[in-house]
Amino acid sequence: MGRGRRLAVVGVLFAAAVGLVVFTTMAFLRSSPPTVDFAAGHQAGAPVDLTLQTVGSTGFGSHPTWVSYLTQTPSGRWVHTTLWDLPAHTRINVTVHQYDGGSPLRNQQFGQVIGTIGDDANLNGKSFKVINANEGNGVAHTFAIPTLGISVPLYAANGNANLCGVAPCPTNSPHNIVKFSFMTPGPGQYPWQCFLPCGLGYLYGTGGPMQTIGYMDGFLKVVT
Amino acid sequence: MTGGGETHHFRRLVTIWLVLAVALDIVYYFAVGPHIPPGTLTSTASGAQFDFNVLLLIAFPVILAVWVYWAYALIVWRGSRPDVAEPEGGAKARGHIGIQIGWIATTTVIVISVFVFGTVELVVPAGAGGGEGPSPIWTPTSHNVLPVQVIAQQWEFLYRYPTFGGFETRQLMLPADTTIAFHVTSLDVIHSFWAYQLGVKADANPSEDNVAYTTTKQDGSFTVRCSELCGLWHGAMYNFGKVVPKAQFFVWAQSTERQNAANTKNLPPFAYSYVPDANGANGGYYPDNVDPYSKVETYGATSPGK
Repeated sequence: MGRGRRLAVVGVLFAAAVGLVVFTTMAFLRSSPPTVDFAAGHQAGAPVDLTLQTVGSTGFGSHPTWVSYLTQTPSGRWVHTTLWDLPAHTRINVTVHQYDGGSPLRNQQFGQVIGTIGDDANLNGKSFKVINANEGNGVAHTFAIPTLGISVPLYAANGNANLCGVAPCPTNSPHNIVKFSFMTPGPGQYPWQCFLPCGLGYLYGTGGPMQTIGYMDGFLKVVT
Repeated sequence: MTGGGETHHFRRLVTIWLVLAVALDIVYYFAVGPHIPPGTLTSTASGAQFDFNVLLLIAFPVILAVWVYWAYALIVWRGSRPDVAEPEGGAKARGHIGIQIGWIATTTVIVISVFVFGTVELVVPAGAGGGEGPSPIWTPTSHNVLPVQVIAQQWEFLYRYPTFGGFETRQLMLPADTTIAFHVTSLDVIHSFWAYQLGVKADANPSEDNVAYTTTKQDGSFTVRCSELCGLWHGAMYNFGKVVPKAQFFVWAQSTERQNAANTKNLPPFAYSYVPDANGANGGYYPDNVDPYSKVETYGATSPGK
C-alpha cells in the first residue's frame, strides 16, 4: 500500500472516530425524558389535573429495579417522565397513585404537608396535614417543590402485600391515593423531587434514582 | 541616584504615586467602601466588609506604585526619545542598596501587618462567621446566645429552634441585636451553609456539629446557598431568611411552635448532630423487616419509648 493510500485510510479512520465521539456526546447531551404538555390548549382559569404514580421498581428500561414516578398524559397514557409543562398562575389538582412500600422518614419534618392549597392533602378520601412515618406503613416518598415551599408525604402501601413491581401499575395492585392542589407561580423552571432517600443500595440512599431526572427528580416548566 | 537628574525623577515618581494613592484611597473609602459586600446586616458581615476595605486600602498604593513606575518608565525613558542616554553598565547597573533595603523592609512590614490584622480579625469576632467545628475555641462574649440548628439534606436547608420546643421549619428567621450560634449539620452528604449577607459560612457534615457565630445588627433579608457541590439539585439548594425585630421574632417563633406542634412530636429529640443510616432511609427499607424505631432511623433518633 502506497504512502498516499495509507494516509487516506488513517484520515478516514480518524474522521470516523471523531464522528463517533461527537455523535455519542450529542446523543448523551440530548437524551432526556419526554415532557408532558399540560399547557397546550389550556383555558385561562381552568384547573389542570396532574395524575402521577410512584412505583417501587419500574420493571423496564436500563434501571428496572429503580423506584420512579410516572406521569399520565392528558390522553390517559402512562409515560415514564417527571417533566411537565404547566400553565402559569393555575390551580394544579394532583393525584398520586402510590404503589410503593415505605419506611420512616429520615427527617420527619417531611411528614408535614405544606404549601398546598389549604395546607393539607387527602389520603384515600380523608384529609390530613401530618403523617407520622414511624407508624403504620410509613412513608414511601414525598412530592416536594422546595423553591415553591411545597411538600407532601405519600403514605406507603402495605409492604406485606403483593406490591406491584412493573410499571405502570394496574389499579388493582395495593396502593394509596393521595390528592392535593397547588397554584403555579409565574413562568420559570422549578425543580421538584422526593425527599425520602429511596435510592436503595446507594450510599445514604441518595444515589441512583434520587439523582436522575425521570425517576425521583423532575422539572415543572411553568409557561405563560 | 546621586545626580540631580535622577533625584528629580525619584521625587517626581514619589509625588505622582503619593497624590494618586491618597486620592484613590479617599475616593474608595468614602464612595465604594460602604457598599462592599457582604454588607452590614451582622457583626461578621460588617467585619468582613471592614477587612475587605482595609486590605484594598493597603493594596491600592502598592498596585499604584508598580503602575506609576511602569507608566513613567514607558513615557520618560523610552528608547525612541532623543534625550535618553543608552543604559550604562558597571556600578550603576548593580542596583541601589538603599532602594533594595527599602523595598524589602516595606513589603515585609506590609505582609506581616496584614497577617497580624487578618489573625486578629478572625479571632476577636469569634471566628468571623466561619464554622469552628463542634468545640469552638473562639466564642462570643454575649451570654444570651440563640442556638439555631441548620440541617442540610439533598437538597434543602431546614432549621431547628431548640429553645422553642425544638420545632423545625424551612424559614430561617432571626431576631435583631442578638448573638446567634448556628449549629450546622447534614443528614446525608457534605453540604455547606453559606448565609451570604450574614457573613456566615460553615460546612455541613453528617454526624458533625459545626458551630458558627454571628451577631445580628439590623433588620434585613438574606440568602442561604449551599456552597458545596452536593448532587443533582445543588444549584437549587437555596432559600431566604430574615432578620426581624426581637418582638416580631418571638411572635413568629411562638406561633410556628404552635402550628408545628403536631409534627414536632414526631421529630427525634434535639441533638447537635444525627447519624444518618448509610443504607438508605433506614437499615431495612421496607416496613415488613424493620423496627420503625430502630436507632438508625429518623436521623439517628431512638424510640420515644426505649
